[in-house]
Amino acid sequence: MEKDLYRSKQVIFFILPAMFFFLAFNTYPILKALQMSFYQWNILMPSESEFIGFDNYLQAMKDPVFWTSLKNSIIYTTVTVPSQMVLGLFVAVLLDQSIKGKAFFRTLYYLPVITSWVVVSLLFKYLFNSQAGLINYILKDFLHIIPSYINWLQEPGTALAVIMLLGIWKGVGWSMVIFLAALQNIPEDLKEAATIDGASPIHFFFKVTLPLLKPTIAFISIMLIIGGFNVFISVLLITGGGPLQKTEVLLTYMYNQGFGNLNFGYGAALSYILGAIIFIISAVQMKIFNKPVDM
Amino acid sequence: MRKQKFLLKTVVYVLLLLGATITTIPFLYMVSTSLKGQTYVFEVPPKFIPTDPTLQNFSDAWNSNNFQGYFMNSVFVSVLTTVIVLISSSMLAFAFARFHFRGKRFLFMIILLTLMIPGMMLIIPQFILAKNLGLLNNLWGLVFVYVAMNIAVNTFLLRGFFEGIPRELEDATRIDGGGFFTIFFKVVLPLSKPALATVAIFTFLFGWDEFVWAVISINEPEKYTLPVAIATFHGAHQTQWGLVFAASLFAIFPVILAFVLLQKHFIKGLTAGSVKG
Repeated sequence: MEKDLYRSKQVIFFILPAMFFFLAFNTYPILKALQMSFYQWNILMPSESEFIGFDNYLQAMKDPVFWTSLKNSIIYTTVTVPSQMVLGLFVAVLLDQSIKGKAFFRTLYYLPVITSWVVVSLLFKYLFNSQAGLINYILKDFLHIIPSYINWLQEPGTALAVIMLLGIWKGVGWSMVIFLAALQNIPEDLKEAATIDGASPIHFFFKVTLPLLKPTIAFISIMLIIGGFNVFISVLLITGGGPLQKTEVLLTYMYNQGFGNLNFGYGAALSYILGAIIFIISAVQMKIFNKPVDM
Repeated sequence: MRKQKFLLKTVVYVLLLLGATITTIPFLYMVSTSLKGQTYVFEVPPKFIPTDPTLQNFSDAWNSNNFQGYFMNSVFVSVLTTVIVLISSSMLAFAFARFHFRGKRFLFMIILLTLMIPGMMLIIPQFILAKNLGLLNNLWGLVFVYVAMNIAVNTFLLRGFFEGIPRELEDATRIDGGGFFTIFFKVVLPLSKPALATVAIFTFLFGWDEFVWAVISINEPEKYTLPVAIATFHGAHQTQWGLVFAASLFAIFPVILAFVLLQKHFIKGLTAGSVKG
């Protein structure tokens, strides 16, 4: 294969346009963030910035709000990732049957995925409104599950629950589409052979389908975990990290430090800590699944 | 046996309908709220069918604070981002798929690595860079950053597609004396329409929905894109949910339409990488 490739100086014309944008607005900022994370960054006069070594990183270790935000990011990821995967796979298996209206259902389930985070975040804020919100009404006056209206967004615990519910609701369709494509790749004759052998559908699912889905599960879980640690817009718009910074996640905290308190150096350090966490988790996962993921 | 099968099918449909209901109710309620007058927005008990349905919110939203301008800003940013990404990442993908050059492996590794880096990590240095280049409060500042954020993933997607195109087709052009640009524009690109469509759709949507960089880099109201405008709208009119949702529906309607019409390309793009191995 390799010897068939063209060798020509002209290749530079094909590389340059993309590399210009990539180096200027992607590679350079990555390196710049690393540099900034070692400084007490002075926004007005960057050249006056004071080099402080690892102080920003050490500050994070001693910062209770950092630990809260890390804890919340971990909770968000541990709850939303398995939920999206299980529900997504479940819906995909249902849609993989010979049923009518497959495209219709797929479109409905995919609707939240293509709707912008800004819109769905505001929508959930309205649905979980403490006074006249639809959810409170359904739970109290319709189903009589709760004795009185809940202040969903004023309590850290319930506010986080709402944010996670939004994450799951918005994400199920994505896992579903990818699982469905993988399920449709499983050869029909395999299923037929199993039916003739008298294997029950449930037995078949756990013994044949799931093992065949391993690469898909690896891909989805890595993407969702990265997404989980990247949760931002929903938190920013629904609680803003409040009350008292109790629902802060890593990215809202970084954002508030950077653009609220103008602690750019500390913000950059927080972003590198996040990057390191994601990198380590992805590397461990690839090791577990024993094969790199094709993007 | 037949009876059992019928029962099973019924269960499948019931479950699917249940899930679809949970998925769609928030949207239906949003539409319903957008049709309500302000007096009914906090009505108890909440009603799904509005009492005096009105399109007032839609005309108010469309005509208020420059909303049409926000819409055009979003169109401008999304279209330009899409065009630049299409051109630049297909060219880079062509270089990776067809050329041997020094540093190829290294370059490829860097691009692979940046796929794993969360875009939010770059937001602070990007802000400083944009400030130094005079790209704050500038729609081009949005375009450049969006292009940079979309190059890696789309180069991957297109490289895979280009490698699947048989080389014989190009050899004929080479024998006729065609250069690399002829091969690229006349042979490879026309054969890659499905992949290019996928890239175009996802890049356009990215530009249409992107919020974080837009809200950080744009302060002047007349330069807002739709997501920033909607969030600001909500901030300014906390309780006017009918108005906020009317504005939101203007923003998401084109997206839903595009999805319904171009579903095939969506699914292809989503599953391009995941089921390969």
